[in-house]
Amino acid sequence: MLEISNLHVEVGGREVLHGVNLKINDGETHVLLGPNGSGKTTLLRTIMGFGSSQVTSGKILFNGVDVTEKPVHERAQLGMGIMFQRPPTISGLKLGKFLAATTKIGEERIPALAERMHMTKFLDRDVNAGFSGGEIKRSEILQLMVQEPSFVMLDEPESGVDVENMALLGGAAASLLEKDQHMINRTKSSLIITHTGYILDYIEADVGHVLIDGMMRCS
Amino acid sequence: MPEMKGFDSISTEDRERLALTGIQTDSLEGRAGSFLLVNDHVLHAGSNAEGVEVMMIDKALEKYAWLSEYFWNVVPKDKDQYTKYVADHPQRGYVIIARKGAKTTFPLQSCMFLQGDTIQTVHNIVIAEEGAEVHLIAGCASSMKTKEGAHYGVNEIYVGKDAKVTSTMIHTWGEEIEVFPRTASIVEEGGTFISNYVCMKPTKMVQMYPTAYLRGKGAVARFSSVIVAGSGSHIDSGSRAILEAPETSAELITRAITNGGTIISRGAIIGSAPQTKGNIECRGLILKDGIMHAIPEIDGRVTDVELSHEAAVGKIARDEIEYLMARGLSEEEATATIIRGFLDVRIEGLPDALQKQIDDAIDSADHGF
Repeated sequence: MLEISNLHVEVGGREVLHGVNLKINDGETHVLLGPNGSGKTTLLRTIMGFGSSQVTSGKILFNGVDVTEKPVHERAQLGMGIMFQRPPTISGLKLGKFLAATTKIGEERIPALAERMHMTKFLDRDVNAGFSGGEIKRSEILQLMVQEPSFVMLDEPESGVDVENMALLGGAAASLLEKDQHMINRTKSSLIITHTGYILDYIEADVGHVLIDGMMRCS
Repeated sequence: MPEMKGFDSISTEDRERLALTGIQTDSLEGRAGSFLLVNDHVLHAGSNAEGVEVMMIDKALEKYAWLSEYFWNVVPKDKDQYTKYVADHPQRGYVIIARKGAKTTFPLQSCMFLQGDTIQTVHNIVIAEEGAEVHLIAGCASSMKTKEGAHYGVNEIYVGKDAKVTSTMIHTWGEEIEVFPRTASIVEEGGTFISNYVCMKPTKMVQMYPTAYLRGKGAVARFSSVIVAGSGSHIDSGSRAILEAPETSAELITRAITNGGTIISRGAIIGSAPQTKGNIECRGLILKDGIMHAIPEIDGRVTDVELSHEAAVGKIARDEIEYLMARGLSEEEATATIIRGFLDVRIEGLPDALQKQIDDAIDSADHGF
């Protein structure tokens, strides 16, 4: 699914990732651990192609396609999806309209998924405007359910979430990653950043990595 | 039902331009009345709504002697060179009178169309008597063939006790047209005046500063403006509310985008009576070059006023574009989506037909960002 080799990345002119290697096979869930500032979020942002991360050398292959230089939306269209930790507010764009514009599963399935994520009443609100911490996470998972990526990146899905929301989010994230299916049938892969590990009560991980000072120290 | 005569003299291409300003040229379905001015010729004026009269101003002044009290009253004749010019020329325009308690379900449309190189003058009066409710769509456009021209328009609006006037003006002028509307309104006790202005197409020069005088207790004024100025456009547009009576309130909202043009967005609220409230909100985006100059003014003159303003000029945030791109939208789609959202000014209580006109005008301008 994803193969990263010798990836060097600069943010604001400073090298943050120093030659990262990572391979995630179809159906695998990998967990990324490491202290604050070690480069975990930068790695996710680089995989997605965000402009603040400059790849100076190395390669990112996604399902055999070299995406290192591809724009964000092409990566999304190829099947990558990311859950934002602190997404921006988009004034004037209703969540429901946004979901309808980005869905791969068909508009008719949106209401049931919104209901499941307790987001029905938010469909008429501007994306992320005044959402609480838990609401943002629910909205992010809902967006991913509708986008249906084959490779999902979650950046601290449990941060700022209370116990009740955690169960809802954990369950939803598990089904997003086909954890409800037998492992032989799973095709979706993921890379998850977690500090507390709470999300792992809901999602069984296959491989763990520790990133320290921009280098993978152990896997 | 007024006859729809006149529109057949306008080319199909130009009728499409009028459609962008909210003007229906084929039938009056969904409209309570219609008025058409082409250059200096009134081609039709009439209403099919009960209790609402739409007349040519010269005829109306002959018919109702009392109307002279409303004529050059809230807009003074000698206000500036443009009002003087209008006063010195034969009076053309409409008078709309909504009788006590009359309510129009559908909007009244008025169309000011400029064809050929000329100066169009117009003088309109709107009177909503006690408890009446009227919605106006004023579509102003010039022919594709018009190279140079000007429109000087005087609008005097009187909102009676507990009455409500909603005026939505959509401009589709040309790149060589200069436009000087001079509009003022008086709002009596419990009355509401809502003014919406949309200008998305290149216009050489627009200069206007409509004023609402809130004379009666509890009167409300709300001005919303949506402006896009491309290269060569100079839009100097503002709105002003004067809170003269207790418990009056005003809200002035502007969303402006410059794509190479100049926008001067003025706003002023003067609180001269107690228990008054006012807020000015102006947000501008500079997409490329251009000038976005916001001038909000608040002026409190007694104790117990609450006035505030917020103005911001900026660019589209990169993280917003990338957020939408991460869900699969291309950069162009993401940018257009954010701009569309930025311009989205939802106005509570606006009839669907009027909101649709605003939405359509914004959608039609999506191209080219």
